[in-house]
Amino acid sequence: MINTECPIGRRDSGVVTLAHGSGGRATNRLIKEMFAVAFPYLQPDTDGAVLVSPHLSVFTTDSFVVDPVFFPGGDIGKLAVYGTVNDLSMMLASPRYLSVAFILEEGFPLADLSRIVNSMANAANECRVAVVTGDTKVVERGRGHGIYINTTGLGCPLAESPGPSRVCVGDKIILSGDIGRHGMAIMSARNGIQTEVPILSDCANLSEMVEALAYRTKPHCLRDATRGGLAAALCEIAESSGLYFIVNEEAIPVCDEVRGLCEIMGMDPLHVANEGRFVFFVDPKDEQKALSVLHSFENGKDAVTIGEVKAKRASGLVTTHTLLGSEKIIQIPEGEILPRIC
Amino acid sequence: MKYVDEFRDKDVASDLVRKIGSVVDGMNVSSPVRIMEICGGQTHSILMYGIEAVLSSSIEFIHGPGCPVCVTPIEKIDLALELARRPGVILASFGDMLRVPGSDENMFEAKATGADIRWVYSPLEAVEIAKSDPQKEVVFFAIGFETTTAPLAAALHVAERDSVKNFSLLTAMVRVPPALELLLSDPDCVIDGILAAGHVCTVMGSDEYAPIAEKHRVPIAVTGFQPVEILMGVLEVVEQISRGEATVRNTYAWVAKQEGNSSAKALIEKYFCVIDRNWRGIGMIPQSGFGIRDEYSRFDAEKKFRAQVQEPRQTNKYCGLVLQGKCRPSDCPFFGKQCTQTHPVGAPMVSSEGACAAYFTYQGVRST
Amino acid sequence: MCLAVPGKIVRVDGENAKVSFGGVVKDVSLVLCPEAREGDYCSVHVGMAQAIIDPVEAERVLEVLKELE
Repeated sequence: MINTECPIGRRDSGVVTLAHGSGGRATNRLIKEMFAVAFPYLQPDTDGAVLVSPHLSVFTTDSFVVDPVFFPGGDIGKLAVYGTVNDLSMMLASPRYLSVAFILEEGFPLADLSRIVNSMANAANECRVAVVTGDTKVVERGRGHGIYINTTGLGCPLAESPGPSRVCVGDKIILSGDIGRHGMAIMSARNGIQTEVPILSDCANLSEMVEALAYRTKPHCLRDATRGGLAAALCEIAESSGLYFIVNEEAIPVCDEVRGLCEIMGMDPLHVANEGRFVFFVDPKDEQKALSVLHSFENGKDAVTIGEVKAKRASGLVTTHTLLGSEKIIQIPEGEILPRIC
Repeated sequence: MKYVDEFRDKDVASDLVRKIGSVVDGMNVSSPVRIMEICGGQTHSILMYGIEAVLSSSIEFIHGPGCPVCVTPIEKIDLALELARRPGVILASFGDMLRVPGSDENMFEAKATGADIRWVYSPLEAVEIAKSDPQKEVVFFAIGFETTTAPLAAALHVAERDSVKNFSLLTAMVRVPPALELLLSDPDCVIDGILAAGHVCTVMGSDEYAPIAEKHRVPIAVTGFQPVEILMGVLEVVEQISRGEATVRNTYAWVAKQEGNSSAKALIEKYFCVIDRNWRGIGMIPQSGFGIRDEYSRFDAEKKFRAQVQEPRQTNKYCGLVLQGKCRPSDCPFFGKQCTQTHPVGAPMVSSEGACAAYFTYQGVRST
Repeated sequence: MCLAVPGKIVRVDGENAKVSFGGVVKDVSLVLCPEAREGDYCSVHVGMAQAIIDPVEAERVLEVLKELE
């Protein structure tokens, strides 16, 4: 575990100031004493990193603005590393390098920044990725929300590029674990809701599981179920592929605490964000092998087949059965999700 | 979850569906029995759990105006926005109202352009906001049926008791019985039975419905929300029809008592009086709303701030037809085309309890 | 009209209570239900208890439903 003590706090005021973003001495100190310690491959003396690895052909970027910055089960830093690593994994790429860009608000506590950077360093270590380049900007108080992070990632392909166009009629749809934890962890933190068993974000590194899966099977398409939840992931793939999926809603695992909180907030677990869960499509002959690969991982122990691809269909469709057996359409949620009163 | 899971039991629900089917078969009717559910939450359940789909040969569900968000008049939303834009005013509202279109914009849009609008889960939170910010005036956008009117009265009770001077309500509360009476009196309206809203009756009791059942010769079942509860209400109604009865029966008696909640009724009686109310899409229904009694006019935002707005333009007539159960959402020419959940034309598409929103979200698969 | 959810009162504190909804604990006002006691199940709407659920009647109804054939 990397431990970065924050020496900066002792000499400075303990908060981010505009000087830290100005490119002068304060910036250099921040980089050398905090970032370069946390990220040993960072090359702070140059404008960019030169990579010698060949085959770095998979490229992705993501920005992180989560509020609150520290939430049950994680923090914005961990999310920023896992999020981009997972995006590369969803492309069946082995993640290798990350860039990190911070936009900090004047007044943001340096101790919090240190904690976040520490968390990113640990996550990067776990994912076996190197942070090799970065940037820091500071905006005036009131112009930012504490901290925003962008991470961009490069990876090497493990297999033929997956995607909606590779999904076939008859494919099985497999979900890696229970849904709704991340969104509901944030919801409870924001609203001060307590649950008898605390809901922790599921944010996790998926790259190891995906590499094992790619080694033993041929996933046609993978998607992590982040914003918009599982419903959004499935609907987007159906739409892009022009296929009709039928899902068994009863097979989708949801833990009691998430179910209870969704119930009282009037939310549907299918629409709630996850940060450590993915769904993927495989040929039926790979179904059992895929499940046994996932079951060998702690984070994949609840993996389950949740549906299959039924037919081609011009505008894509995802359906499930109601309690009484009729078929209903699963849709992407529209706009901001607000709890109902009536 | 106790008292929820048991009433979502698939096997019990299927048994009830079978029973309802056999009672209706025994009635030898030429068309499905027409049952109106009043409450938007019930509409939601009927669609979400597939009740409408599996009973389609026996029962036709007519969706009533049971969505207080949907029936709040445009001018009230415009008034809320006018107040929200005044410096020193905080407008607090239930989350469901935020995206309902007023004449020009909705509260979400107004908030994005600087109006101090806060959404709260409970009216008591709005009283707390007033207590913690005595320099500002807090106006709570008070919508709801009788179920919500009780908590609104409780908010005034707390404000009065704690001498909170900077709190008021912009009232738009409505009552179910007069709306039901109006719908049943419409010669175009053919309804064979009613599912009364269980939570309205939890507060008010079910006595108000007896004269309606008698006058219009329709059975009324006080009904809950979970799929088994709704099916119990439907079964009660069809059994009464088959016996030629037309009375009020309570199929939700473990929650809603016949006499209602006396503490809640007392508070409503103390602070509010019955007034005429304009329902969006339907028009003026006499005695169908609650307003604040004169002796408490200090809590009435319209009087306190002398707020006024222009006459609003007409609503799309289809919204009103849907609210009155005269048109199915899917039969509205705008449904799913110009009117979707991202770009709603009217309130029934915005509110998650609106019939149009329920149809949109729980679209069944129609064979092509 | 009305998302009202049943929950169990785990602690009463004057006119407020802590209510557990399947494990989610929220503050609920008892102003409309002053007779509610710890251990009662109540129906909660917009943060306020509005009725105490009658366990005997609920049980009776569930028994009747089991006999539906």
